[in-house]
Formats: sequence, structure tokens, C-alpha cells
Amino acid sequence: MTVILNEGDSAGTSGAASGSPVDAAPEPGKSTTRGRLVLTRFLRNRLALFGLVVIVLMYLLAFVGPLLSKWSYDEQDYTAFLQAPYPAHIFGTDKIGTDMFAQTMRGLQKSLLIGLLVAVISTGFAALVGAVAGYFLGWVDRGLMWMVDLLLVLPSFLIIAILSPAFRGKSWLLFVVLLAAFQWMITARIVRGMTLTLKEREFVKAAKYMGQSPGRIIAKHIVPNMASLLIIDATINVGSAVLAETGLSYFGFGVQPPDVSLGTLIASGSDSALTYAWLFLIPAGFLVVFVLAVNFVGDGLRDALDPTSSRGRKREKKADRDRDDDAPASTQGPDTTTSSTTTSGGGKA
Amino acid sequence: MSSAELLFDSADRPAPTGPVLEVHDLAVSFPSESGRVRAVRGLSYQVAPGEVLGIVGESGSGKSVSSLAVMGLLPPQARITGSIKFQGRELIGLNDGELSKIRGKRVSMVFQDPLSALTPVYTVGDQIAEALLVHRGAKISKQAAAKRAVELLDLVGIPNAVERAKAFPHEFSGGMRQRAVIAMAIANDPDLIIADEPTTALDVTVQAQVLEVLKTAQEVTGAGIVIITHDLGVVAGFADRLMVMYAGKAVETGQVDEIYARPRMPYTLGLLGSIPRLDVGEKQPLVPIVGQPPSLTELPPGCPFAPRCPMEVDACRTAEPELVDVDGSAEHRAACIRTDELAASDTEGAEAAVEIFGAEVVEEAPIAKVPREERKIVLQLSGLVKHYPVTKGVVLKRRVGTVHAVDGISFDIREGETLGVVGESGCGKTTTLMEILNLQKPMGGTLSVLGQDAADLNAKSRKAIRRDLQVVFQDPMAALDPRLPIFDVIAEPMQVHDLDKEHIANRVPELLDLVGLRREHASRYPAEFSGGQRQRIGIARALALNPKLLVLDEPVSALDVSIQAGVINLLEELKAKLGLSYLFVAHDLSVVRHIADRVAVMYLGKIVEIGQVDEVFDAPRHPYTQALLSAIPIPDPVKERQRERILVTGDLPSPANPPSGCRFRTRCFLHATLSEDKQRTCVEVEPPRQEQGEDHEAACHFAQIRQVL
Repeated sequence: MTVILNEGDSAGTSGAASGSPVDAAPEPGKSTTRGRLVLTRFLRNRLALFGLVVIVLMYLLAFVGPLLSKWSYDEQDYTAFLQAPYPAHIFGTDKIGTDMFAQTMRGLQKSLLIGLLVAVISTGFAALVGAVAGYFLGWVDRGLMWMVDLLLVLPSFLIIAILSPAFRGKSWLLFVVLLAAFQWMITARIVRGMTLTLKEREFVKAAKYMGQSPGRIIAKHIVPNMASLLIIDATINVGSAVLAETGLSYFGFGVQPPDVSLGTLIASGSDSALTYAWLFLIPAGFLVVFVLAVNFVGDGLRDALDPTSSRGRKREKKADRDRDDDAPASTQGPDTTTSSTTTSGGGKA
Repeated sequence: MSSAELLFDSADRPAPTGPVLEVHDLAVSFPSESGRVRAVRGLSYQVAPGEVLGIVGESGSGKSVSSLAVMGLLPPQARITGSIKFQGRELIGLNDGELSKIRGKRVSMVFQDPLSALTPVYTVGDQIAEALLVHRGAKISKQAAAKRAVELLDLVGIPNAVERAKAFPHEFSGGMRQRAVIAMAIANDPDLIIADEPTTALDVTVQAQVLEVLKTAQEVTGAGIVIITHDLGVVAGFADRLMVMYAGKAVETGQVDEIYARPRMPYTLGLLGSIPRLDVGEKQPLVPIVGQPPSLTELPPGCPFAPRCPMEVDACRTAEPELVDVDGSAEHRAACIRTDELAASDTEGAEAAVEIFGAEVVEEAPIAKVPREERKIVLQLSGLVKHYPVTKGVVLKRRVGTVHAVDGISFDIREGETLGVVGESGCGKTTTLMEILNLQKPMGGTLSVLGQDAADLNAKSRKAIRRDLQVVFQDPMAALDPRLPIFDVIAEPMQVHDLDKEHIANRVPELLDLVGLRREHASRYPAEFSGGQRQRIGIARALALNPKLLVLDEPVSALDVSIQAGVINLLEELKAKLGLSYLFVAHDLSVVRHIADRVAVMYLGKIVEIGQVDEVFDAPRHPYTQALLSAIPIPDPVKERQRERILVTGDLPSPANPPSGCRFRTRCFLHATLSEDKQRTCVEVEPPRQEQGEDHEAACHFAQIRQVL
């Protein structure tokens, strides 16, 4: 069922309803859960599925890979300088003899971890700030939105670049916090907007009139109903956080040596991109593939969660179209029910 | 209509012969996640020139889809088979370009939502002129088109049309927008007008006006009209023929009078029996049709209505019945194998429905027998005021006006009593509710719930009062958090009020039983339920804490008629069983008449009439009440045609600038007939609420009884 389960969807559903004003009434007991439906729709999108597999493999590789290699990222092999990939060093070595596979894995590990943490922190913070601002309005809203506006006009790259010497030698987690601090604002604004509409929904009012406290209303009713937005946002944030991290590290403001990240690897390899191509191409290739995969997954999630999206819809085969009317597509289990919700009949109000 | 001949000379057109529209064996299906939705399955009908065909059905019965198919407006993934002939020309298979030549010119459509049917960035006049220019091309100049747009606006009854043509859609009220849409629809003198729920989004008083306009439009253009609605009242007085649809098929067709008087399909019978009647005083039992429409993806063999039908026999499950002539008339056809038995029964119409569906009048609670004065006051409002400031400017907000949303209203509700509050949208009903539910100190006047003044409440005592004051909302889709399973939804109020887990675990199944749902449903999500079931869940949640007063904000207006009856019956039963008091806000006066003990009629933030429900409905004193009552269509074609309708002119004035004196005087038909000095009284003196009879008050200087039902 393409049922309204959150605000973002509901806006779309009313549109869908006018487009196809069919509405088979949902039959309780014979319907799938939303989660399963989203999953089916997501799995139908080959590219997104591929992206997901790539992301999982990369995380696996980043954490399991170093265990399989006999070299560590800070060890040098003095018998092999600037060697192109060969069986002993499958990704080759750099000019001081460090194994590139170990380095890349370490860099990938760091980048992916930073990406994941930044995404979770920034999306979580955005949800909190946006929902609080949208729910309470008044001076809370004005204060928080002022902060958002301020952070939006500040050039984040410059600020992090200026601040980074102060953090030199400290934990990379500080760097994560810094990155996250500059990534939540736009999401917070969207969340605020959605909160404003959700707040007017009757189930929120109902909770209010039964005496539920504002904090619990936000936690129980508002944030969960934006889950699909937040999931999509977090996914895409992983990609952009990795990009931001590599960008900063490239210029030497991010992860500091001896630790490596994809950014520092790309930076050190870029001088020799044309002569010793593997030093540059391998970390850069990982970055490109990862960000691409994240974007595929983000797209796929959006299509799967958005009931109006036609891309997530099952494609009808040509042959099926020509055949007789009553051949419902065979891939579907019999236990799903269709509906563009009962609103399509419109305002009987 | 003197201008009608000028506007629509049909001399250059050949006299139409044969039906305007002939639909034969139409089938429409859509792809979906669970297979094809067969929205329309073999539908055939005809519309003769000048004839009005009403299509009635629940949501999901395929009534809108079939007419969108005629217009060629279905999305590309829809598969359409069968034949749609417009004046002998086959429409299926035509490409969009060819259809566009017919659409808007020969066939036009009036949509449900007048707001989205008009483009917000062009003036109304321009949009009507555009309809002309598109189809007449070089034959009409821009000036002529603009002039004609004004004439058309005038024809549909928009005052001061020259000026109003230059206005943008947002400057029009809902009713005026719908008039403009009708003007656009008749601009090219079409042969067929399809009106898809044209009045559903409008207030009753405006609905009556718009139906009048549609009638005028039909008279001037001589077009056939297909009017789609779920409201059996609307079509009763307007349509010539009726087609009842169920699960994508016509289940009964015939002359309007025939169908209303002698329905031969149990579904039609049930529909007629499920509508509360405005004109019936004593408690009539409402027929709930159990269950819900079938899923259109895989229909089991046999009659699709069989699972909900009280007359179902084994034979019903074997094959789907075809439409057959009944009562020996070729005009009246029904798709049921037991029509003969229906014809043989002694009773007809709603009575037969009650008999066959086995509905019973809900017994009154013992408290109802106690005289009103001796019962406890549950809710008391006296002189309640709520004004909203109208401000201008972003940085320095200046107050430029005041919206008088609620302007001093007083009423009380006693134990075991239902007060219905009725009025047009914008009259302050919802604001009043919100004021009561907010339990804050009102801007003016007093509000006391269960004897406690809202002004004296602190956070703790306010929360305590919330236990006894619960609310049921209008929209069952929006009122339940879609992310929570039903158990948690119903448990929420109990969790808020710190009841222990064990109690909650016992109470939830109890509540589900109480509202007629199954205990197993507790683990399901709201989306898995139909509208009526969701509304039951909402009621269960409201009852969780054993409240004393239930505030019902249009609890049945978003439901289909067949479902509505079940929910109304449930509310009545609960009231009797649990001794509840209801504050029932609705715009549907028939429902209010059925369920309420007392009724308050609101107009622009004031109560204009209040009293015993039968008193007010049978002998209304205030002109507004009279107009409101007369605007409600009665689902009885014979009665409906004989009724004299009081048309309220214009729209509700802005509550930011209410008229002086009596607020209704600008639209009052009585005011217009008064002598000048009496009129001055209306303008200068605000009428006080005066006793008009036993428990009956009205606020009119010149109140007189006028029977309108």
C-alpha cells in the first residue's frame, strides 16, 4: 500500500490520488507492512541495490582488508620503492616503500568512519534543532534559525582551515565534530518546515490534548514521521562528508600524518598522477566509486519511500501489456493491497 | 435568462440526434504494487441531450475514473478498453491533440476542488477568455473574448462581474471559484458537462447556490450533464436518471424517482437507509452496511457486494449478476439475483432497508430521563471571546485589524447530553473547540469544564481535567500517528496519565471490543485500516481514560455514507452505555438532527439560535437557520422537487470586518423585505438572544417561525 506514513509522503500522495483516483479499500489482514513494501521497491531498483552492495563491501574491505595484509600502513618495505602493483604489494608501493594497499585501506577506513559519524551526528542534530524550532516557534525558533543562518553564511572550508592548527595533534574526532557542525543547517531548515506541517496534523494535536509533554511529542510523533527524509539525508550526507573530509585532508587541514585518509593519499599521489599513476588512481578510484554508490542508494531510497515516484513502480513488460487484462504480474505476492489512500475520494468534508 | 439567447445561439449547429454520450463496456485498470487495479469493469451508459445523469457511489467505486476516461484525462499507465462514443464519434484511441479539440469545447468538466482548477497567476476573466480563445482561435478577438468572459461571469451569478473578472482566484471565495469554473465549462456552449463532485468541497448554503448555477448552465446550453457525487441528497432533486456504482460496475440504473422509491439492489437500499434524514423527527434507525468495498485487484467470483449483503445466498457467490430489467420496466435495471424478493416485500425505501439490514434504534441512557435542570453541568461557556490580531509588517508588527473568530458565545452541556454545533466554515466552530481543548484562560468570558474554571487551572490540574475531556478528530487519516501500531495509539493517553502497564494491557483489548474492532488488530498499523475503522480507533483512544465529555470535531464528515451510519450508531451506543456527554461539531445538519439533543447554530462567531433539536429544526426562528435548513438536500426526489429553497445570497462576510448590528443582515432574505425603519434596527442594534419557547433561543429582532422542511 502506498499509504501515508509520513509528512513528506503525504504531500505526494494527495497528488497521486488526483492522478489515479482509484482506490481499492485496504483490507486489513491482507496487507503488507510499509517496511516490506519499501524494501520491495528498493530491491527493484538495480542501481541502488548495486550501490548498497558496493558500500557494504567497501566497509567490509576497509576493516577486514588490513587484517589480511601483512603490511601495516606505517611500515616501510625497504626492498620496494615506487613499485607498480605486483603480487607482494597488490596496490604497489610509494617512494618510501609503504604498501599502498595497507595505506588505502587505512585511508578508506578513516574516511568512511568520518563520513558515517559526520552523517549521523549532523542529521541527528538537524532533526533535533529543526523539530524544536518548528514545534516551539517564538524566540526558540528565532534563536535557532539565526544560528542556522549564521552558519550558512560562514565559509565552512575557511573556518575549518583556520581552526585546524589549533586541533593539530588532537583526536580526529574533533575534526568529525567540526565537519558535522557545518553540515546540518540545510537539513535543519527542511525539518523545521516539515515540523510546521506535522504540528498541524491531528495526531499531534491529539497527543497535545491528551496532555503529552512537548518533548515527548517531538520524540514520539514528530521525528519518527520524518524518518524517511532523515534516512535519505543521512545517506547522502555520508557521501558529502567523505568528500568534504578528503577535500580538507588534501589541503592538509584534515587528518594529520602519520595517520592517512583518502584525502591525504590523493594529495600525496597527485604529484605523480601521470608518472606513477597507481599512487593517485587507486585512492581516487575508491573515493569516486564510494560517492557514486552512496548517491545511487540515496536515489533508490528516495524512490522507494516516495509513493508518487514512478521509478520505483513495477515496470510492466511489453508482453504483459499486450496480454489479456486479468494477468496480474506474477512477481507479486497475493498479499499486497493497493491504494492511493482513501483520500482520493476527496474532501467529503 | 434573457441574456441566455444572446450568449448561446445554437443556430449554426445541427439539432442533436441520439445520445450525446454513449459508453459501452468500458473497462479501466491501473498497475499497482499488488497487481492490476480494475477500477472500472464493464460500464455502459448513455446520456441524452439535456439529460442529467447522476452517478452515485462510494469512494473507490470507479465513478470518477470512468468520467476521467471520457475526458481522456487518465494517466498514461491506465489501460482503457471498451467504447466511448461522443455524438457518434469514438473517443478511445484518439490522441491527445484530437481530444483537446473536443475537450473544453464540446465536453467540459467541473472539478471537485475549485481552488486547484484555476491557475493562481492569471485573473479569472483571462482564464475564461482563454477557454474561448483556445477553441475559437481566430474567430474571436481578444476583446470579444474578454467581454464574453464578463457575460459568462454575470450568467453564473457573480455580482459586479466587470470588476470581478479582473480579480485573481485567491480573491474569490470557494463558491465563487466554483461558479467561475462553471462559467469556464459553459464558455464554449458544450454538449456535455461532467461535474465531478462539484459541491463536495463547499458549504451547504453555497452548495445550494452552485447547484442552482449548474441548473442554469444546463438550461442555457442544453447540454447533457453527468453529475458524480457520493451524496444521495444532491442528486435527488437535480438528476433525471441515476446510476449507482459499486466496485467498478453499475449495480442499479433507472429514473431517479423509481430508484429512490423502489430500490431493487440491496446496496442501493442500504445506501438510502444509511443517510440520516433531516425531515424525520423521531429517532430513525440508521442502516450500517457492514464491511467495506472489496479490493479491486482480485475480486472473488460472484457478486462483489455479497460479503456485505444481508440477503446473500450461496448463488450470489457463483457468478456476478448482470444488470437486468426489474419491475417489468426497461428503464429500471438492477444487478441482483434477488430483485424479485425485494419487489415482493411489503415495505419500500428506507423502511425496507431497516427491515432487511436489521437496524435498531439505540436505546437511551437512563440519565436522559432525568430532567435537564437536575443534571450536572459538564461544560459551560459564557461570553467566550477569541480574537486574532491581523498584523502588518515584518520587523515592526502593526496591528491593523482584528478577526472576530468567536465573539461572545454562551452555552452549557449537561451530563448525558449531546449538543450539536452547526454553521458554515469560518463561523468559528473550530475556534470554539480549540478554545475549549486548550483549557487556557479565555480572552473574554469564562470557560468551565466539569465545574472548574479554566482561568484557575495550573499545569497539574489542567492535565487532570484532560482525563475527562477527550477529542475525536475529523480526519481519521490524520488523527492517528501512522508510525505507531494501534496498541500504542490507544495506549498513549493512558501512558501520559501514568497508568500502570498491566492496566493498559488489559484496557486496550477491552476498548477494541467496545468500538467493534477485533482484539488481534492491536498489533497492526493505522494504514491497514479503512476510514471507518480508523475513526473507531480514534474513538477508542478518546475513551481510554473514561472521559465524561467527548468533543467530536466533524467525526463522520470524512467517511463514506455507508460507513458513516456505523460510526454514528457506535457513538449513540457509547453515549447510552457510558453516560457520556458530547459536543458534536458538524456541518451536516442531518447528522446533527439524528444524534444531538440540543443544537446551536453559529454565524460569524455568534450563536444565532440554540435549543432543543426538534424545536429548532421543526420551527426555526432565525432566518439563517431557516436558510441553512432549506439548503440541505433531502434524499427524496418527490419531496425535494416540491421544496421551496431559500437561497442565501453571497458568501460569509470576513470575520475581520463583521457587519454592524445583526451580523446576518447582509445576506438575510428577511432583512430585505422589511420596512426601512425596521431595517435600521437590524443595522444599528445587535439582536440579543431571546427566549422563543421552551429551551429555544434565537437572536433576531424579527424572529418568526417558518417551516422549511
